[in-house]
Amino acid sequence: MKVRTATAMGLLPCEACGLVCRAPPPGAPALCCPRCEAPLHRRKPDSYRRSWAFLLASMLLYIPANALPIMQTSTLVYDENNTILGGVRVLWVGGSWDLAIIVFVASICVPLLKMVALTVLLLSARRHSKWRQVERARLYRLVEFVGQWSMLDVFVVALLVALVNFQSVAEVRAGPGLIAFGAVVVLTMLASMSFDPRLIWDEPERQDSP
Amino acid sequence: MRASSLVVCEHCDAVHERRRLAPRERALCVRCGAELYRAGGVDLYTMLALTLASLIVFVIANVYPIITLELQGVANRSTLWGAIHATWETGVGPVAVLAALTVFFFPLAQILMFGYVLFELLRGRAPRGFVDIMHALRLMRPWSMVEVFMLGTLVSVVKIAGLAQVTPEIGIFAFGVLTILLTTINSFDLRLLWDAHERVAADGAAAGLVA
Repeated sequence: MKVRTATAMGLLPCEACGLVCRAPPPGAPALCCPRCEAPLHRRKPDSYRRSWAFLLASMLLYIPANALPIMQTSTLVYDENNTILGGVRVLWVGGSWDLAIIVFVASICVPLLKMVALTVLLLSARRHSKWRQVERARLYRLVEFVGQWSMLDVFVVALLVALVNFQSVAEVRAGPGLIAFGAVVVLTMLASMSFDPRLIWDEPERQDSP
Repeated sequence: MRASSLVVCEHCDAVHERRRLAPRERALCVRCGAELYRAGGVDLYTMLALTLASLIVFVIANVYPIITLELQGVANRSTLWGAIHATWETGVGPVAVLAALTVFFFPLAQILMFGYVLFELLRGRAPRGFVDIMHALRLMRPWSMVEVFMLGTLVSVVKIAGLAQVTPEIGIFAFGVLTILLTTINSFDLRLLWDAHERVAADGAAAGLVA
């Protein structure tokens, strides 16, 4: 099916409010949207570079997020450092396998899946690959949708810290891993926001194009 | 050709002609399958009603404790701010700030700004600072995480249920209702507000000419 693109038709949609504007001639200074005053651009500016920067930073922080404890539990009988995976194991052994799965998916699978998916999207779009474009577009929308759900563990620890506070009997403190983990969630969200899904569909620029 | 009859897919740049939809219908992009627009399910009055309702529920959710935990005769209860404060005290400041922004400040700002814009538009006036408010609403949307917090409270309840006696309080139910209301508010099509604003501004200009 032949699809007309806004670029081919000389149109420029505003990313902020959706207004369809006429693109300025090549070489003319960039315009702002007449309705919402946001700068108009054909593609998100510096999409590859920004997205890679956020993505690499999140990959780096994923290591301390999993290696360091996100939570420290101390009771009369024991002191314990809980990593994310350790917390999942506690839930599983305690018989709440359903919650163990939810936490495992939200805290471990979702961040990993986002990082792998964004890497695939960035590499394939850079190569102007025609491979499974519809599926890749769908993958991007999935990454956007699941983004915030990885914050789950952050909120769980915050509540446990506030509630389990019985001086020497039982106490929960937050661990340094939680900062790294929160940063991973924010950075992967920024990475997926910086990526422009229209790059999946763009043709390589030809020499004879006007 | 009028440009306003065209819709450009945000996800793949394909150009479509806008058509009128039946209620509950959604228009999907023929090339990539992303949603282009949907039939305006609710009008501005309904939006305002839902926004006011969520403001009331937001207050209740933040005033009353969420959970009470009892261990050997000592009872601990916590509100959202209690949790944020405790997280701050325990030495992970950035996380406390993140939680405060995503569960308290952004949702509250969304509710207040939506309420103000809708109220003014329905009175037939152009809201002051409309353009800035609309940008703020769009940028805040992905960072408003009440629904994730809601799931977090449920996970916490189960995690500590074996350790001590857990009683759910009013706050947890209020957060449940707030989750539903904010999900609805977050699904509002902001372009409806742009359109309403254009109509109001045009009326205002016409009235100015007459006067």
